[in-house]
Amino acid sequence: MNTHTFSLCQTELTAFPSGALLDAAAGALCVSDLHLGKSDRIARYNGPLLPPYEVRETLDRLSADIATAQPTTVICLGDSFDDMAGRTSLDESCTTLLMQMQAGRRWIWIEGNHDPGPLDLGGSHLREVTIGALTYRHIAEPDARGEVSGHYHPKVTLPGTGSARACFAFDEARCILPAYGAYTGGMSVHTPALRGLLASEAQVILTGRRALLAPLASNAVARSGPQRRGLRGRSG
Amino acid sequence: MTALPPAFDTWFAARGWSLHPHQQAMLDRARAPALLLIAPTGGGKTLAGFLPSLAELADGTHKGLHTLYVSPLKALAADIRRNLTTPVDEMGLPIRIEDRTGDTSYTQKRRQRADPPHILLTTPESLALLTSYEDAPRIFAGLQRVIIDEIHALSESKRGDQLLLALSRLQSLAPGLRRVGLSATVEDPAAIAHQLACHPDPCAILHADPGPDPDISMLITDERPPWSGGGAAYAIPAVLAEVKRHKTTLIFHNTRAQAEIFFHNLWLANDEDLPIGIHHGSLDREQRTRVEAAMVAGQLRAIVCTGSLDLGIDWGDVDLVIQVGAPKNVKRLIQRIGRANHRYNAPSKALLVPANRFEIVECVAALEAAKAHDLDGDPKGDGPRDVLCQHILIRACAGPFDATTLFKEVRSVGAYANLSRAAFDDCLEFCATGGYALRAYDRWQRLKETDGLWHLRDPRAAQRIRMNIGTIQDTDTLKVRLKGNFKPLGEVEEAFAATLTPGDTFLIGGQIVRYEGLRELTVEVSRDASRKPKIATFMGTKFATSTQLSSRILRMFRQDSWPELPDHTAEWLSLQRKVSQLPEADRILVESFPYDGRHHAVFYGFAGRNAQQTLGLLLTQRMEELGLNPLGFVATDYATLVWGLNPLTDPAPLFQADDLRAGFDKWLQGNAVMKRTFRASATIAGLIERNLPQARKSGRQATFSSDILYDTLLKYDPDHLMMRITREEAFRGLVDFGRIEEMIARTVGHIDHVVLTRPSPLSAPLFLEMGRVPIAGEGRERLVEEAAARLLADAGISTD
Repeated sequence: MNTHTFSLCQTELTAFPSGALLDAAAGALCVSDLHLGKSDRIARYNGPLLPPYEVRETLDRLSADIATAQPTTVICLGDSFDDMAGRTSLDESCTTLLMQMQAGRRWIWIEGNHDPGPLDLGGSHLREVTIGALTYRHIAEPDARGEVSGHYHPKVTLPGTGSARACFAFDEARCILPAYGAYTGGMSVHTPALRGLLASEAQVILTGRRALLAPLASNAVARSGPQRRGLRGRSG
Repeated sequence: MTALPPAFDTWFAARGWSLHPHQQAMLDRARAPALLLIAPTGGGKTLAGFLPSLAELADGTHKGLHTLYVSPLKALAADIRRNLTTPVDEMGLPIRIEDRTGDTSYTQKRRQRADPPHILLTTPESLALLTSYEDAPRIFAGLQRVIIDEIHALSESKRGDQLLLALSRLQSLAPGLRRVGLSATVEDPAAIAHQLACHPDPCAILHADPGPDPDISMLITDERPPWSGGGAAYAIPAVLAEVKRHKTTLIFHNTRAQAEIFFHNLWLANDEDLPIGIHHGSLDREQRTRVEAAMVAGQLRAIVCTGSLDLGIDWGDVDLVIQVGAPKNVKRLIQRIGRANHRYNAPSKALLVPANRFEIVECVAALEAAKAHDLDGDPKGDGPRDVLCQHILIRACAGPFDATTLFKEVRSVGAYANLSRAAFDDCLEFCATGGYALRAYDRWQRLKETDGLWHLRDPRAAQRIRMNIGTIQDTDTLKVRLKGNFKPLGEVEEAFAATLTPGDTFLIGGQIVRYEGLRELTVEVSRDASRKPKIATFMGTKFATSTQLSSRILRMFRQDSWPELPDHTAEWLSLQRKVSQLPEADRILVESFPYDGRHHAVFYGFAGRNAQQTLGLLLTQRMEELGLNPLGFVATDYATLVWGLNPLTDPAPLFQADDLRAGFDKWLQGNAVMKRTFRASATIAGLIERNLPQARKSGRQATFSSDILYDTLLKYDPDHLMMRITREEAFRGLVDFGRIEEMIARTVGHIDHVVLTRPSPLSAPLFLEMGRVPIAGEGRERLVEEAAARLLADAGISTD
């Protein structure tokens, strides 16, 4: 299996190479920052017309993870939609796919800063949810323990490997998820805002073909690549 | 013969000047719709271009813009304004001359639009921006002449295509517009004339007297050049001696990195503290301006520089040009040499300094080509469609347009003369809807058609489009600055910054600095007193040796002996002939031998660095399929060296053209070069924005790489216009498959395989070459895993 399993507050968690997180005992699968409808929003605001396949790509990925993990609960950890109008960019096939994924399981939309209100897409809409020892919310709170959050889109570059990869970042108190959406950028785990939330012995799990564990503090990892000057969106 | 107004004669006479014949010829043919002047550097080219305008404007009757002057460099526009203002003022001519570039102030630009000067000096990008304004028809209504300076430099890049598209627009706004091109010596003037004219109009070509042949030779040193590398450190004392012997020396390098290293070494040896400066495109503008000013004031004895000094700015009294490293391209060599003795009819003096043993051969070949006036160059393909997409968006900013009218206008540009209506409509469709198989943007189209006219859906989009005008691909760079200091020292490529670890030292602007860390988008450094930088330097583009120069080298190899080469180099070639054989033009030489516990194979294709690199990727892929377990390769301009676990017994199957081509298509898709090419084209075509309104500077921007767009298109829309453009571009650009095909065609399956017990003399330098490429694919994944495991072990964390 290409996943990596670690524990957070006595809860065993499995990081998928796609960026999803599974609490197998509770049957809960969590993904963060899908940013569905991002290309649509950029077009609406007179930006470039990006390849309009990112909703399909993101949902296909999620569907594959659900097929593997067979969760009873799916938690979308906020910023599931790029803005409140993002709903309109879901065509019928995407809506159908979403409904198929929701069938027979609990589906929770956690609200994020991009999508603060409920949408007509089934599932329940919550500020945060606690399952066992863990609390799931969009933005990490500084003194929380047993917290799973998203928002920051962490990424890291290992020495000698060239490009940055989206990653999980965790320590004894919390786990911050990578962005799951296809058109989401990343922020270096060494950015003060992100680094300040994590203990010095924190570790990262890289996404990609395999989920790979690496220390965060190492000097070598500390030179995470600079931000690419590619497409810019609103920050998370 | 057209006479000049009397004021001119008086002014010329007062200086004891008279017109050069080509300047008179330009006056005589001032009414020609298109005119190309080929003249050597220092031949009074610019004055020849401006004289007819000055003469026409002398009586003060013309209202508004009369002449537009376009040059590739902002600095050149400012320089020309100064040079032109002097005679105009002294003759008391009623002519207003202004420049307009990215550096011009906002108020000045507003005023220029409201009340244009008689002569406006600008760059292709600033001109494209001007044509995007709704008042463009008013600004350009009275335009009579456009002068394109250094058109040979512009015509090689997409900036030239953009410029000529803008000209097609101007021609519609000012139908009487006459075009003048000023060019340095080039191999194919007719090709440039074809680009310059409003198709299908003819374009006359005038040749100025090329002047005496340059005095050009190779610098022979007591010290032997090394086997490989590009630093030419061995030649420092000899170069310094030449600098002392001359008044002002320009020392050209092929890359910025080499310029930095050479400059550093030069200073270490500069016991007399001769004033020597450095000038290249990665340095901060302020630093460059300072060096330029010192140069003009005659305060410098030498400048170490790169192509950033290639173009015709007047630098005063340069009496020697030194080219370090093989020139790779004879035309560029000639143009550089022209910088010395910037006076007409005086021979320019130049020295070539080969950086390594093989470059001696290359320098000698280049010297012969220069003496024979045998210039090289590759024919330019059809006008690129990514530039056309940008042109359509720019046209839309200026107001509603009719598609057929715009199509006809575009076809009047030489490079786009063969553009089909279908290809044009593809580009228009891309601009309007994105052109995707999945029609997603019906509500948010960028361009809409109403009553037969195309227009922006939302006029506010114009601002974003204008902010992204241009075709110059700045590789992603990061500013470098001293910690706690606001002023930047210069820039390094992002990829280079990513290889730095705190404590690493490198060279920038001639000083050694220590990498402290990244702060937002800036590389923070501190001064370091050490004498040797730890990291060689930052990367830079490497030119490929031209086809013509490569075939000259192959011709030299056929000689029985080489009296024109230094002894050590001639002996080296003789030894190669004895133990193996010398490569020939109509055959591919393959050598294989064991070395250092691995099996090696060298493929001498003489196809240029980019193509040899591509060949390395293709050959290793084929070798992988054949179970030869290749581990990596390295490429130079003339050969590719592959190493692996198994010996190569029969190279013939590797070169099956069909297999190579099929492998090429498959390999191409996932290749990093493709992604880089995609990023460039997608940026030009407006799919990726470089600049955004209110661009945020905090590190919190959620950026994502263009690679994701490429992967998405490859998966869902592989036949999208951007993907088709990317394939075409890569084919003739970085991938350079064209030269692999040329190699296969000239060798038609004649493969000589020489099996040796140890490396051959000619292969030896390859072992010292930088830029080894490990085989990608699963290997890359292994690399990441190993790195992660090592770090965990270092940190004392068990992987279980």
